[in-house]
Amino acid sequence: MTGTEQSKRGTPLVEMRDICISFGGVHAVDHVSVDLYPGEVVGLLGHNGAGKSTLIKILSGAYRMDSGEIRINGEKAEIHNPRDARRYNIETIYQTLALADNLDASSNLFLGRELVTPFGLVDDDAMEAETRKIMGRLNPNFKKFNEPVSALSGGQRQSVAIARAVYFDARILIMDEPTAALGPHETQMVAELIEQLKAQGIGIFLISHDIHDVMKLCDRASVMKNGQLVGTVDVDKVTDDDLLGMIILGKHPGAQAEA
Amino acid sequence: MTHSEAELSPAQPRKSFVRTLELDLRLLGMIGAFAILCIGFDLVTGGRFLTPRNIFNLTIQTVSVAIMATGMVFVIVTRHIDLSVGALLATCSAVMAMTQTEILPNMLGLGLGHPLIPWVTIAFGILVGTLIGAFHGWLVGYLTIPAFIVTLGGLLVWRNVGWYLTSGKTIGPLDPTFMQFGGINGTLGAGWSWIVGLLALAAALYGLWTSRKNKIRHGFSVKPLWAEGVLAALISAAIIGFVAILNAYEVPAARLKRDFEAQGLTLPEGYTEAYGIPISVLLLIFIAAAMTMLARRTRLGRYIFATGGNPDAAELSGINTRLLTVKIFALMGALCAISAVVASARLTNHSNDIGTLDELRVIAAAVIGGTALSGGFGTIYGAILGALIMQSLQSGMAMVGVDAPLQNIVVGAVLVLAVLIDIVYRKRTGVA
Repeated sequence: MTGTEQSKRGTPLVEMRDICISFGGVHAVDHVSVDLYPGEVVGLLGHNGAGKSTLIKILSGAYRMDSGEIRINGEKAEIHNPRDARRYNIETIYQTLALADNLDASSNLFLGRELVTPFGLVDDDAMEAETRKIMGRLNPNFKKFNEPVSALSGGQRQSVAIARAVYFDARILIMDEPTAALGPHETQMVAELIEQLKAQGIGIFLISHDIHDVMKLCDRASVMKNGQLVGTVDVDKVTDDDLLGMIILGKHPGAQAEA
Repeated sequence: MTHSEAELSPAQPRKSFVRTLELDLRLLGMIGAFAILCIGFDLVTGGRFLTPRNIFNLTIQTVSVAIMATGMVFVIVTRHIDLSVGALLATCSAVMAMTQTEILPNMLGLGLGHPLIPWVTIAFGILVGTLIGAFHGWLVGYLTIPAFIVTLGGLLVWRNVGWYLTSGKTIGPLDPTFMQFGGINGTLGAGWSWIVGLLALAAALYGLWTSRKNKIRHGFSVKPLWAEGVLAALISAAIIGFVAILNAYEVPAARLKRDFEAQGLTLPEGYTEAYGIPISVLLLIFIAAAMTMLARRTRLGRYIFATGGNPDAAELSGINTRLLTVKIFALMGALCAISAVVASARLTNHSNDIGTLDELRVIAAAVIGGTALSGGFGTIYGAILGALIMQSLQSGMAMVGVDAPLQNIVVGAVLVLAVLIDIVYRKRTGVA
């Protein structure tokens, strides 16, 4: 573990220790360890194919690791599928958004966790009402509640995916390139949302390959290259160039940030 | 009016009436096409097509394919296909024929005509169909063999398992109660038909009312009252008209006379009796209602459509898509067994070639009904309407005297054309 924990207290929300996964002989993630504290945003940086998304998909239950250990609140967690992850209040906003295009916003928001009537039937009206509430907070301009999400703009789709992650009291939030499809105004909204969630004590993993995003939004940054962890640094102790050097050259910025 | 509708309406001002009623345009189009087809045949045949008798026959001929088509919607919505439904029907039919004529009466010693025979037979047939379907689903979902291959194999296997079970013999006559599910041998009569019709009417109106009440409770926009009224009137007219037509088909006097004589009575002067709703059609209506409920109001249905729209998203949302596949194919198998009851009861026996080519009719019905092979879209009522359109085409052409090869050429062309229209429609409306 890289030594940046001098400012941290208590048990980390998430510890991923010595995680390995390979696909057909390629070590997509190779002995990587990262951690996350409550109310903290940790950026995961790296080139395409560096292994950031793969690492995070292990935490969200989409992939099973070959070896390693995940601890949630200091206790060993067994995450074998997305349902397990949801049980630990881990919510994920995938880069692809993972929306069923043929369904409307509320069906997507509650997918897998539908509200039901006393007879066990899906309660669409109640779900739509809840969706209207949360969208009113997140994206007040959102009006297309009765149309399939394929009819929505990129930003609207993104807000559906974000609403889904936020609605169910996430304690650990994974955001995979949340602003990639967004305009400047919507990006600003996401930034404000992240600040809000942080204040509520939620831990956030933010995957990005935009250094400026990371410098602005994150407390720490873990950089990956070729499946391995280059290092984890406190964002306010490094420069853009330091991070670039880590991403491109795999070079750790040196002793002063190492502390 | 909600904002989304306000945004759309300037682009399509002409459709505002239909929009206010919130009717499904695709459904309207299909009903329109069906109506044109029926009226066309009626004109060409000099009024023989739209008689109570022919409508009665059309409905009972459609039931078997329509029941399976409702299940095929789910299979196709999840991007699979089932080529084995006709063969599975044959196996279920063979199993049930052997159960009711051989196993229960002779081997278990109940004797022919025992009142339990039809029910045990049907329950056993549905069990067999469900198990075979679940097996297909397991091969597709858990062993990841493409459904096309599993069910292509299934087509050969089950067609011939059916043959093997009966040694290729035609088995009949079947149990009299069992045969009531076939159509003409089991109808409700005029009185019960009206009762069923009125119950259906009450249920439909209650459904409209509760849906409106729920929307108001949540503060959503609702259609204007007059629109609800028009909708209620349309539904009432459709249900009452349907019952009235089936009740207008009267049992031929010669047959009544025979029935009365069989009971040692004589036919009273001027006595008539109507057939009314066939039990098989009632069965189809129940299945259609249950499947629509399943599709729209249950988690299972929601997961089926979500998986069809985006399998990865469904998986990431914690849906067990492999188990879902097993359930879908098991349901398909159960529906094949129910269709086997109807089909063999209609023929009054089990024959070796029962259900031949039904797989193609069923797939065609679902596809004509707007089920997209790319997954995620399809409706139960569409599939039933698709089955009805196919059957009307076929029997209409037979009535007109179109040569058999030409009939199939037309049906094939219509299938392709229907899909083309559907693609164009989807592109225009921007739905997928």
